[in-house]
Amino acid sequence: MRPLSVPERLTKNRFNLDEQESHIEVNQEIARSTGTGKAIIACCPAHVYAEEPDGTISVEYAACLECGTCLAIAAPGALKWHYPRGGFGVQFREG
Amino acid sequence: MTETAEPDFDVIVIGAGIAGCVATYQLVRKGRSVLLIERGEAPGSKNLSGGVLYSRGIQQVFPDFLTEAPIERRITRNCINFLNADSSVAIDYKDARLAEPVNAVTVLRAKLDGWLAAKCEEAGALIMPGVRVDRVLTEDGPDGKRVVGVRAGDDELRARVVVAADGVNSFIAQEVGLRKKDPPRHLAVGVKSVVSLPRKTIEERFNVTGDEGAAIAVIGDCTEGVGGGGFLYTNIDSLSVGVVVRLDDLTKKKKVVSDLFDHFLEHRFIAPYLEGGELLEYGCHLVAEGGLDMVGEIVMDGMVVVGDAAGLTLNTGLTVRGMDLAVGSAAAAADAISSALDQKDTSRAALGTYRKKLFASYVGKDMKTYAGAPSFLEVERMYSEYGELLANTLYGAFNLDTRPREHLLKVARKSLAQSPLKRRHLVKDGIAGARAL
Repeated sequence: MRPLSVPERLTKNRFNLDEQESHIEVNQEIARSTGTGKAIIACCPAHVYAEEPDGTISVEYAACLECGTCLAIAAPGALKWHYPRGGFGVQFREG
Repeated sequence: MTETAEPDFDVIVIGAGIAGCVATYQLVRKGRSVLLIERGEAPGSKNLSGGVLYSRGIQQVFPDFLTEAPIERRITRNCINFLNADSSVAIDYKDARLAEPVNAVTVLRAKLDGWLAAKCEEAGALIMPGVRVDRVLTEDGPDGKRVVGVRAGDDELRARVVVAADGVNSFIAQEVGLRKKDPPRHLAVGVKSVVSLPRKTIEERFNVTGDEGAAIAVIGDCTEGVGGGGFLYTNIDSLSVGVVVRLDDLTKKKKVVSDLFDHFLEHRFIAPYLEGGELLEYGCHLVAEGGLDMVGEIVMDGMVVVGDAAGLTLNTGLTVRGMDLAVGSAAAAADAISSALDQKDTSRAALGTYRKKLFASYVGKDMKTYAGAPSFLEVERMYSEYGELLANTLYGAFNLDTRPREHLLKVARKSLAQSPLKRRHLVKDGIAGARAL
């Protein structure tokens, strides 16, 4: 099987994008001082998080697979993460 | 006295996974009015699992489960595979007795949970998909907080009992203080692809026929030494393939989880299984691996917690279980709720029979039996040295290089001498394993 990149894999999934509301919010200061920023980049299977040239963490919330791993390892206060509003987000067809 | 305003339903269940659907089904069959709320567009659309369901429990709830439910294959072949970079040693266990009566099946949850929810609806439950419960409604009672319903957006719905079946992240149980944030060593992340392959190809590659299937568990190089493992499960015309890694170890070893998954898919002994396949879906899921330690308070005034939300998962090294425990806990909860409703007392004390029933059932008993498994599986040696020791011993036996042979025991001793493993490790891990598993 041809190896696919994570973004290529995500194109196979079905998402209902919530254009009005992100369900993820990073506190840049705490993320930087606690190392949470780098940790959530490494642990997210969907590559939702990325480090920008200025050192801030950007969030591609549309790609989120809603596992909650980032929240589980984030330092207190570094991350606000809840489920997307009802009906939005990833919609598995296989599961 | 435990009840105030006339509620809209006897029971509101949050989350249409296996636990939520089984609880709903059992309660409506007992004549209760039940609202099942699901945040996904349709039941199943947020749900994902590795894929093996030990099915005896759910067959008791749905007698037509094996013939009517959208199951994939019945598992008759279980492999435990120690994987190294260039070698692999496996126990390959195939048994006709596992086919009849059926013991385990592979499932794809988006399909299965849709069926379960339809059974609930048929039996009389009201299902509300596409709605996220934001929090539970509570009132102050004589014994502290009491759950009286749920809030979803601007809507407030009231019930005599709320069932939190909202999955491993269990925001609801955390919100009311029943569950603390779990430490990363009790959690793992599973990453999975579903890869389509023709039915015939699957049967040839995995040496199965008809509706029989294989479950391959992999330990070792698949996770580059990070605590965890890989899996390959056969569906009807697709494979579920993934890795599960412990969060504390992933962070400590500074590995990128998607790299570990790529490494597994591209491994020389794994890639051939997937050759020619087409990716259908990519998903992930948080897994509770703390065993009994993670099961805390699961009952309060007006609410019970079931399934993953209650921390009910078990990794015994050989079997990885969650869905069967969800069934068992939901059945126990439904029994307890029904009796509590009969007595018109849904206090913590009355609903407490859920906990008693849970620990009297296979769920609680197995959680206790395997209470030592999580710390045993934290032993680092499991994820590299043992597989190499096995392969090096076998290499010594099979590599007939025209030098005179030595007895197998001597070969094994030499392999051990060259390994970072010491004899005391074997003794210690052997005893610990025998006790824990």
